[in-house]
Amino acid sequence: MSKTRTISEKSMSERVSTAIFIALVVSFFLLPLIWLLLAPFDSAPSYRLHLSNPGLDNFKEMAQNPYAYRSLINSIVFSAGTGLAIILVGAPASYVLSRVKFKGRDGFLYILLLFSSIVSGSAAMVPLFLLALKLNILDTYHGVILVLTGGLLPAAIFILKDFTDSLPKSYEESAQIFGASSFRILKDIVVPVIRPGLAVIFVWTFVQAWSNFLVPFIVIRDVNKQPGAVMMYSFYNEGGQAVIRTVAAFALLYTIPIIVMYYYVNKKYGFRFYGGIKG
Amino acid sequence: MSKSLKTGSQAKKPGNSVLRGGVASAFLTPATLFIFVFLFIPAGWTLYLGITDYKLTGLSAVNQKIIGLANFQKALHDPQFLNSLKVTIQFTLGSAIFGQAVLGFLLAWVLSTVSKRLRSAVELIVICAWMVPSSVVSFLWVAFLNGDNGTLNLLTGLHLQWLIKYPLQSIIIFNIWRGTAFSMLLFSAAIAAIPKSHLEVARIAGATKFQQLRQIILPTARPFILTNLLLITLWTFNDFGPYLITGGGPGGKSELLSIFVYNSALRYLDFGYGSAIATMMLGMNLVLSLIVVTLGRKQQKKK
Amino acid sequence: MDNSTRTSRRGFKLALSLGAAGALILSVLSAVPASALTVGSPCTKVGASSKAGKVAVVCKQAGSKKVWTDTKVYTVEVAANAILGGKNNQTASWIVNYVIPTFTLNQAALGKQVSVKFTPKGIDDNAFKTQLALDLAAKKGPDVLSLDGFWVAEFADAGYVKPLNEVVAKKTVDAWDGWSQIPTSVQGVMKYNDKVYGIPAGTDGRIIYFNKALFTQAGLPTNWQPTSWADILTAAKTLKTKLPDVQAFQINANTGMGEATAMQGFLNFLAGAGSLIYDTKTKKWQGNTKAVRDMLTFYNNVYNVDKTGNSDWNLLAGEAGRNASFEAFSKGKLAMMIEGDYAWRGVLNPVTGNYKMADRDTNVGFAKIPAQTAKSGVNGQSFVSYSGGSGYTINPYSKEKNTAWDLLTFMNGRDAALANMSIGGAVRITQRKDVNAVTLMSDPCLKFVFENAIPNTFFRPAEVNYNAVSTLLQKATGDIVSGKTVAQAAADYETALKALVGADKVVSN
Repeated sequence: MSKTRTISEKSMSERVSTAIFIALVVSFFLLPLIWLLLAPFDSAPSYRLHLSNPGLDNFKEMAQNPYAYRSLINSIVFSAGTGLAIILVGAPASYVLSRVKFKGRDGFLYILLLFSSIVSGSAAMVPLFLLALKLNILDTYHGVILVLTGGLLPAAIFILKDFTDSLPKSYEESAQIFGASSFRILKDIVVPVIRPGLAVIFVWTFVQAWSNFLVPFIVIRDVNKQPGAVMMYSFYNEGGQAVIRTVAAFALLYTIPIIVMYYYVNKKYGFRFYGGIKG
Repeated sequence: MSKSLKTGSQAKKPGNSVLRGGVASAFLTPATLFIFVFLFIPAGWTLYLGITDYKLTGLSAVNQKIIGLANFQKALHDPQFLNSLKVTIQFTLGSAIFGQAVLGFLLAWVLSTVSKRLRSAVELIVICAWMVPSSVVSFLWVAFLNGDNGTLNLLTGLHLQWLIKYPLQSIIIFNIWRGTAFSMLLFSAAIAAIPKSHLEVARIAGATKFQQLRQIILPTARPFILTNLLLITLWTFNDFGPYLITGGGPGGKSELLSIFVYNSALRYLDFGYGSAIATMMLGMNLVLSLIVVTLGRKQQKKK
Repeated sequence: MDNSTRTSRRGFKLALSLGAAGALILSVLSAVPASALTVGSPCTKVGASSKAGKVAVVCKQAGSKKVWTDTKVYTVEVAANAILGGKNNQTASWIVNYVIPTFTLNQAALGKQVSVKFTPKGIDDNAFKTQLALDLAAKKGPDVLSLDGFWVAEFADAGYVKPLNEVVAKKTVDAWDGWSQIPTSVQGVMKYNDKVYGIPAGTDGRIIYFNKALFTQAGLPTNWQPTSWADILTAAKTLKTKLPDVQAFQINANTGMGEATAMQGFLNFLAGAGSLIYDTKTKKWQGNTKAVRDMLTFYNNVYNVDKTGNSDWNLLAGEAGRNASFEAFSKGKLAMMIEGDYAWRGVLNPVTGNYKMADRDTNVGFAKIPAQTAKSGVNGQSFVSYSGGSGYTINPYSKEKNTAWDLLTFMNGRDAALANMSIGGAVRITQRKDVNAVTLMSDPCLKFVFENAIPNTFFRPAEVNYNAVSTLLQKATGDIVSGKTVAQAAADYETALKALVGADKVVSN
C-alpha cells in the first residue's frame, strides 16, 4: 500500500499550501549554495554571485599549489578511516548495550555524550596533544583517526543503539534455538537488519571528520599529511587576505567527495535514522 | 527511545542470550578502551586544568598552581562570559528548539505526503546544507549575507550589512539551515514507523490533518522528539561553526560560549580559564538534558 | 535466508576489503614521502668513500664538482608560517629555492653534509603560535623557528626559548659579523629583558597613504604633511565635503583586524599623545588616562562626530573590513588611510598585489603620522610610527644547535637578504643596513618609510600580557565605532584591564 495519498485525496488548499511550503524551503536551502556552483568557474570571483568568462583557470591555479590535491586525499583517508573504526568499534558495543540492561545505562550514555562535547572543544587541546605525545602517535594518520574516533564514539553509539533496539529479539532467539553461534547471529541476522544504521553512522562520521580542523591541527605537523580542513586556511597571502580564486576552486573540490559518498551510500543502503522494523 | 521487549519467560539477563560467555565483553572491550583512553583521560584532564592557572606560555606554563574555584568565580564576574552565556542560550533556543526541531518536523510531515521522487529531491537539498564542510559553508554564508553585493541583498533589494546589524539573528538562521537535516530525518523515520492503518482510520473518520497530527502523529513521535531535542540541544549549545562567519562579533553580539573558550585558548593561550568555562558548559548541558528528560517522563506519566 | 546471507557476506567482504585497503593506504602514505613535493636533496653521494672518514658528494648548484665531506649528515628542520602557493609565499619560496640549496652547497664546500627540511604551514598566526608553543612545551619542534617579535616575552618566561648566547656558545654568537649591520633598535624586535633571543628578519613602519588625485580635486596639496591630529581631521572633513562619493579616511578599529588595529591605529595615537601603552620603568599599563581618552576622542571624531570613517568596515569579522578598505583605496574610492609598508608592497602592488592599484607609483602620496601637536609625542617627538617584525631563533632542545646557528646566520647574511627580495620581486625593509642601502633607494615608499618613519618608530612592549591588553584596547576602539562615549569606553577598558593585570599595574589620570 503506498504511503502517499493519491492526488485526488488531497484538497486543493492542501496541495497549494504544500507546494508553497516546499518552494520556500527549497529556496531557503538552495540559495546560499549557488555561490559554490558559480564562483569556482568565474574568472574574477568575489563574494558576489556572478559568472563572467567561465573557465577552469581557478582550478589550474589551485593545482600549482603542491599541497592542495594531496590534502583532499588525506581528508578521505582520515574520514573513511574514522568511519570504519567507528563502525567496527561502535556497532558491537551498541548491540550489547541495547541487549543488556543495567541500572543507569541511559544515564551513563548521556555522561559519555557530555564528555565527548568537552573533548571536541578547544579547551581540550593541550590534554589531547600531550596524550598523543605520550602514546607516540603525533604526526601520524592513525593518531588522527584514533583521536577522532574517541570523540565521535558516544554519539555514534547513541544513534546506533536506536537501530539495534528496533531489532526484535525473536530473530536472534529463534536462530539460537537452531544452534547458531553468537558470531553467526551477529553476522547474518543483526548486521543485515541494521545495515541502514551502519550506513547512516558511516556517513555521519565521515561528514564530522571531513570538517574537523582541531584534531589534525593538534596532531599533525607534516604538511603532506594535512587534510583539506586545515589546508583551506593556507590559501591566504602575506597579510592574511584570502585568495578567493584558490579558495573557491578548492571549496568545490573539497565538497564534491562528500556529496558523492552520500549519494553512493544512500543508493546502496538508504540513509534513514532508525529504519525500524514495522511491527 | 524504545524499550527492550520483555517477553515473559524469556526475560533478558546477561548470559541468557546471544551474548553468553565472553562475547559481551569481547564486543564491549574495544569501545571501552577507546572511551577510556581517548575520552575519559583527556576530558578528565581538561576538567582538572579548570582548577589551575595553567597557560600555554608565560610563567604559568611551567609553574602552574591549583587555584581551586578561582577560575569559576572569575567567570561569574566576567561580563564577557555572562554575555556569552546569554548569547548561547538565545542561540540554542532559537536555532535548536524553535528552528531545527520545528522545521525538521514540518518538513518530515509534509514530505511524508508527497511523491517519493519529490521527497528524495527535497531531502537531498536539505542534507546538502548539512554535509557541505564547515569552512566552505562559512564562505557561502559570508557571500550570501555580504552587505555590498551579497545574494540576499540582491534579492530583497536592500543594502544591509546583515552580519553587522543582525549578527545573532544571522547565525541563528545559519544554524537552522545547517542543522535541520538531522531533525528532518529523525522525524521522518518516526512518522514512517506509524502504522498506516491508524492514519487511514482517522482520515476516514473525518479527522483533519491537524487533528491527525495532534492525536496520532505527535504522541507516537514523542520519544523521538525527546531524543532529537536532547541531541540537537547539546550539539547546538557547543556549536563552533558561527565563528567562521561573524568571529563572535561585532562587540561580542554573536560570541557563543564555544567561541569564548576558543578565544581563551587560542588568543590568550589561557587554558586554565578556558577549561573552567568548558566545565561550566558541561554542567549546563547536564542541566539542559535533565530538563528535557524530566519533561519527557512527565509526559509519559500523563499517559 | 539465502539472499540475506549472501548480502551480509558481501557486506562483510566489503568491510574487510575496505579495512585492508585502508590499512595498506595508511602504511604507504606514512612510509613514502611525497617525493614529488619535498625538496630533493641538493647534494648526492658519488662512489664509495676512499679518503679517511670522508665521502664524496656532488651538489646540484656546483655542477659536477666533487667535494669531500664528513660521513655524518646533519639534519635540521626550519619552520615558518609560510607555504608555497599560499600564505607568505615569498618567504616559503626563498627558503625552498634559495636558502636550502645554497646553504647545503656552502656547507658541503666546508666539508659538512647537511640536510635541511622546511616545514611549511599556512594557518592563522595565533594558530601557528599555539602549535609552536605545544611543540616547544613537549621539547620538540623545528631547529630553526620563526617567531613574531612580541611573542618572545611569553615564550621566554615559559622557558620555550632561551637567549641566543645560552643556546650556542657566547663567543660564537658575539663573533657573528652581521650584528654590526642590524641597527640596535631593530635588534630590539627580538629582545627581552635586555637579552637577545633571536635575529630579526626585517622590520616595517607606518605612514599615512593618500590619493594625490583626490586630494587635488578637493583642493588639498599633493605634498601634504599634517603636523597635528587636527590637521588630519580637517583634511578628512574637507575630503568628505568636496568628494561625497569617496570615503575620506580609514583608521583601523575593533578586534576583527587584531594587531592591525594596534599597529596602524591606536598605538600611534597613544604615542602621539605622549604615552606608551606600557611603561617599562614603572611596569604599569595605561588605563583610563588622558592619553587613552585623547586617542579614543580621535576615533570618536572620525567615526561619530565628523563621520569621515566607514564604521561598517571596522565592525566586520576578521580581515573583511581591512580588505574592503584596501579594495577601496586601490580603486580610488578611499582618500586616506594609515597603513604599514606592507600595504604598498603586498596589497597595492600593481603586479603582484591582492588589490592591484594601477597608478600606485604615480598617484599615492606619503605622510608621516603626526603627534597630537608639535612635540607632544613620547620623547618629545612630533612624528611617530610603530614597527613590528618577526625573526628566527634556535630551539633550545635542538639536537644540532651548531648547524642550526650556521643556518640562522646564513639566512641573515647579506646575500640571503638580497636573494629574499629578488625571489618574488617585492622589495622590503630588511634588518641589514647594507642591504637596505642598496635595495630601498629604488622604491619611493620604502625609502620614505626608512628615512622618515623608522627613525621615529616605537616597538610593542616585550611583555607577557601585551597581547591581551592590546585586545582590550582594540575592543575599546570598536566600542567607540559602535557609538559608546569616550568616557564609557575608557572606563570599561580600565575595568577589564585591572581584572587582567591587577589594579596595581594600571595607571590612571
